[in-house]
Amino acid sequence: MAYLELQNLQREFAGGVRALDGIEVQLGQGEFLSLLGPSGCGKTTALRLVAGFDRPDEGRIVIDGKDITNVAPSKRDMGMVFQAYSLFPNMTAAQNVEFGLKIRRKGKGERSGRVGELLELVGLGHAGDRYPHQLSGGMQQRVALARALAIEPRVLLLDEPLSALDAKVRVQLREEIRRIQLELGITTLYVTHDQEEALAISDHVAVMYRGRIEQIGPPAEMYSRPATPFVAEFIGTMNRLEATVSDPTSGTVEHGGVTLTVDAARGRTKGDRILVLIRPETVELAPENGSNPANTLSGEVIAQTFLGPVTRLKVVGPGADLIADVSTAKAATLPIGMKVTAALPVTDARVLELSDEGFEIAEEPGQAGR
Amino acid sequence: MGKVKPRRSMAPSAVFWLLLGGLYFFIPLLTTLLFSLKSNQTGKCCTAANYGWVIHNGEFWHTLKISFLLALETIAVSLTIFVPTIYWVHLKVPKLRPVLASLALIPFVVPPIVMVVGLLKFYKGTPSWFYGQPWGFLAGAYVILAFPYMFFSLDAGFRSIDVHTLTEASQSLGARWTTTLFKVILPNIRSAALAGSFLALAIVMGEYTIANLAAFHTFPIFIQYVNETQGFPAGALTLLSFGITWAAMGSLLLVGRKRGTRASVLTGAG
Repeated sequence: MAYLELQNLQREFAGGVRALDGIEVQLGQGEFLSLLGPSGCGKTTALRLVAGFDRPDEGRIVIDGKDITNVAPSKRDMGMVFQAYSLFPNMTAAQNVEFGLKIRRKGKGERSGRVGELLELVGLGHAGDRYPHQLSGGMQQRVALARALAIEPRVLLLDEPLSALDAKVRVQLREEIRRIQLELGITTLYVTHDQEEALAISDHVAVMYRGRIEQIGPPAEMYSRPATPFVAEFIGTMNRLEATVSDPTSGTVEHGGVTLTVDAARGRTKGDRILVLIRPETVELAPENGSNPANTLSGEVIAQTFLGPVTRLKVVGPGADLIADVSTAKAATLPIGMKVTAALPVTDARVLELSDEGFEIAEEPGQAGR
Repeated sequence: MGKVKPRRSMAPSAVFWLLLGGLYFFIPLLTTLLFSLKSNQTGKCCTAANYGWVIHNGEFWHTLKISFLLALETIAVSLTIFVPTIYWVHLKVPKLRPVLASLALIPFVVPPIVMVVGLLKFYKGTPSWFYGQPWGFLAGAYVILAFPYMFFSLDAGFRSIDVHTLTEASQSLGARWTTTLFKVILPNIRSAALAGSFLALAIVMGEYTIANLAAFHTFPIFIQYVNETQGFPAGALTLLSFGITWAAMGSLLLVGRKRGTRASVLTGAG
């Protein structure tokens, strides 16, 4: 039985802006779900509904079998970590963590024990006496996490808690959040626009777009088997080739005058317009040598982007507009301007119906507005 | 690492303007001090008798007490009305902020003499405990008079903190509205509330027109009376009232210095 259920949540703001269009989520106790999507997709709205800061127009929020849709936020027992630094500036780190326990009228001994324990848990046992302005951004978010955990919340809500931090601290802290979540076994709802972050720490990822959940599933599934073109585009980088099914039995498709074999196209109807999705790391590049091997496209290397252990190459040619990730050592043998062949995978490609409906992925600002 | 440049000394022109400003400020004080030290009988310097006269004057303490209590009442009523109102406006209806700001300008625009005539007419016929007492009618008028100072001070305070996030963080931890307001919001707008309070104090301690027209005997009325009837003690009284105002401002400065120390630590946080 699901511990947290979001049932047909709908929310429309003034001016007819439909922030949530009937989202459905079921999350088991102790599980970690990331709501992932571009700016304006409704992920923060969904989190705020769960926290009780806003009310849905329709739908229900159920925790442990109890409908809490109309319960005040102060009575929901939800621990929340905000995107903006939210520590109370007039209180020390320890006093911030203690705040929720005082509200719950816990005894002094119990309070101080729990505060010490939680500050140790987030690695700030030494900083209890410091005020928020004496802490770095990463430390403030750790204290905010300890403060949210102090009340032993039924669900931990995290609203882009790492977006204001620098890259190194972000990676470090996200791993700590996951470690603590697993250690305490706390049900967690995490909002982010960073797909790498979501994939790295979640049990489940829900990709949202225009107020709807496009796909929900384990990170590996989201990456390898995106259900919609939007998910394919949003999670990782994907080559998108428009093609027509020419032989459903063998999985042969036509793309830009070239015949390709794609296992996933088998069983489709002949003449179907499809989208073949290929991850850059599955494309193999080799210098052109006059031969024309099967399942390859020809083109010229027009750009190289160094990404550390791999280098991303852009290949453009007749019928080919691809990106491929190759080892940096190999990239040195494929300089810009070289004619190459790109071998496409038969088995690793994914096929989707070619939808006429386009989509846009908005740029996520560093500090999302309210 | 480059050499740290020694701090430059002040430019001569800056020293000149600073001196000029200082003279402009201190000469009237100095002359008032010299004036207040003259004997009321002989007109010669120097005696502290005028200060003694003021300090031993029952009316001085009586009117000072009335004005001081009126100031405290004005501050208490203003904070009780304006803190929750401005908090709510910032949190729930930010569109109303410009409307409130416009309303707050009215006491600046309407001359006190016009205001008091209007208020006296409006409240005529109300119970005597309100209309006939400084704690009722006069305090009410002073709350209106202090509105712009209170509003703009508090508004600046609320704008300097993230009202939404702090409120939501407090609520998510189980706090009710009152707990959030008193434990989380108020301590973080303390400086703004103090600034507004001291401005209100200064206004009430010096307000003459309304008190005079409404026939209440307050500290400024007493100052004016002494000024008209006693030459040299009036100087002593002026300096004493000036000292009271400066003591209030000094307290504000101390609070501000505390926060300034915190801010300097902030720049050092990694």
